[in-house]
Amino acid sequence: MNENSLRKKNRFVESAVEAALFVVGALTVFITVSIVIVLGDQALLFFQDPKVTLTEFFGATQWQPAADKFGIWALVSATLTTSALATLVAVPLGLSAAIYLSEYASPKARGALKPILETLAGVPTVVYGYFALLFITPILQNIFGKSIGVYNMLSAGIVMGIMILPLISSMSEDALSAVPNSLREAAYAMGATKQEVSLQVLLPAALSGIGAAVIVGIARAVGETMIVAIASGAGPNFTFNPLNAAETMTGHIARISGGDLPYGTLDYTSLFAIALMLFFITLILNLVSQWVVAKFREQYE
Amino acid sequence: MNQFTYPEKNEMERFIAARYRKAWAWELAFLSSLLIAIISLSALFLNVVDGAFGYVAFEYKKDPATLSAKPLAELNQEELLAILQANLSKGAYKKLDDKKPMTSRSADDLRNLAVERILQVKTRETYPLFRSLFQRAAIEAEVAQKFPNAKLEFRSWLTPAFISTPQSSKAEFAGARTAILGSLWIVGIAVLLALPIGVGAAVYLQEYSNKKSILNRIIQTNINNLAGVPSIVYGMLGLAIFVRAWEPFTSGAMFGVTDTNGRTLLAAGLTMGILVLPLMIINAQEAIKAVPDSIRQAAFGVGSTRWQMVWHHVLPAALPGILTGSILAMSRAIGETAPLIIVGASTFVTLDPSSPFTKFTALPIQIYQWTSRAQGEFHAIAAAGILVLSGLLLLLNATAITLRNRYQRRW
Repeated sequence: MNENSLRKKNRFVESAVEAALFVVGALTVFITVSIVIVLGDQALLFFQDPKVTLTEFFGATQWQPAADKFGIWALVSATLTTSALATLVAVPLGLSAAIYLSEYASPKARGALKPILETLAGVPTVVYGYFALLFITPILQNIFGKSIGVYNMLSAGIVMGIMILPLISSMSEDALSAVPNSLREAAYAMGATKQEVSLQVLLPAALSGIGAAVIVGIARAVGETMIVAIASGAGPNFTFNPLNAAETMTGHIARISGGDLPYGTLDYTSLFAIALMLFFITLILNLVSQWVVAKFREQYE
Repeated sequence: MNQFTYPEKNEMERFIAARYRKAWAWELAFLSSLLIAIISLSALFLNVVDGAFGYVAFEYKKDPATLSAKPLAELNQEELLAILQANLSKGAYKKLDDKKPMTSRSADDLRNLAVERILQVKTRETYPLFRSLFQRAAIEAEVAQKFPNAKLEFRSWLTPAFISTPQSSKAEFAGARTAILGSLWIVGIAVLLALPIGVGAAVYLQEYSNKKSILNRIIQTNINNLAGVPSIVYGMLGLAIFVRAWEPFTSGAMFGVTDTNGRTLLAAGLTMGILVLPLMIINAQEAIKAVPDSIRQAAFGVGSTRWQMVWHHVLPAALPGILTGSILAMSRAIGETAPLIIVGASTFVTLDPSSPFTKFTALPIQIYQWTSRAQGEFHAIAAAGILVLSGLLLLLNATAITLRNRYQRRW
């Protein structure tokens, strides 16, 4: 036998397939790059316009494209308010649900309860918008009377909280069930109650995963569009009062681009500046959540 | 020195009892969060059902009795045709005839035209289902007082006609047909784009690349991040690339289509494909990961190359998982609204989409539009639209679950 026959053969198809698969895999990186380039390109046009200054963009609180006023805070305030409300609703509820499902529920109860959260996670956001406007808002109007309008950030925030609840709960549950059983057993052996085990032993042990869940939930709330577009009002408004109507960054993009927007106008390019900012905010939040998991993970064994 | 003394017997028992009470209270609190989730979901569902059915108070501009002695519902096509000819102006009749020859239209179609054009029905008030069921007398009294000429009728807004008729500017005649077809086209194009790329990328990451290499880690982190990018950002990407930069392609100008700009089904489908791609990759990776290594080793053991191993052994074994994953990705795509708004869904489309190069509307877009209107009858058809969308989602998810239960192999 000739020794060459044992060597790895040069197969054209094999290398071609591998190359093609690599290209396909690298395509995902290309998508990220093109998001940055495309959004950045248009945003640059926006900032190059003499009517726009960076200090005004990041410092001012009025957003009136018709009057050449571009202060992003008018939109960021609403994004912050609605996301904060959503977090306030979703974190305690999601965390409690996760603790109950992972520590208390019997396998049978889990099997019955989990699909409910999964269904909540699968509801299209436009349906949540309908729910916010036509169910939650009337209830809030009964409670607060005239001080709350048809469009308000409170109802959008609450419903957004319900929307991200399943996300926070399932990620926290994963974090809790990743805590080794020896910790639970040790605590129970000391005579601890279930609540003491959950809150004083497991919660600290799973804190990094839970923190990541909360951050991902916030990122989701910041990027959510339809609920705020339907329920929180149309028109930039610098306010942190949840009873007021105000437009978020996403809501503004959706409303303005809904019409046939002429390309190249300031209105058009300003949307890309907002979208770029949105992209970086969520990117940073997602990266931080991955970093939190990697950095603060409790190492066992 | 701190001297710890054990509590006396009674005190100890009290202490333990207090701890258990506290534990019990917390358990209740944990459980109640799930109850809130259940209540929210039920409220959501009931709210939609509540909106989609109920009493409607409406008025006719022209009394139906003046048109014919028999009720409109009992008339046949010829009689309806005669009524339309007699009551519509010549110009209006010709316009309708040009759109679609009147003699070739069905009786139902003609009846709707008669109601819409001649009787000119006007909805005064809509009442939700539960009020309609439990406060019927109050509603009747209210209608009699506020709209003395109005008729009261119990109506389901979700009807076969709602699914099969195209858009209309009047809620009473609006249907979801063009929107449903638009949604199906978009999801179809999205899957055609995302499935091959998604599976290819997953195969590369799981079977070819060195898991510890920096490149692999970059791609993997990037995919996780892409999955977290807000859908509206994908919409902006689609607007800049598919709608504007690729306009000759997405508008069909390259292929001889001349009547559209870049805001077409194709642009929307491609945008949606990019949006679900990360989800598709992650799902396919999970499916491929679930195939045990022994399969791979056995394939290598009989001398197959890596691609032969992947193509003949890993992919067939992972196929049910990949399909389940792509159906879940489809159900994400069918409910997405924001990117479609950005890419430029038209809200008023009455013709069925016939090619990827037509302007489009989609089911969630219509729900958004109808919800945003002030009138109650539009909220009612929004609710009906939500029920249709939920039906589609249910169908997709049921298929995914069946597929998983039927073909999933345990190794």
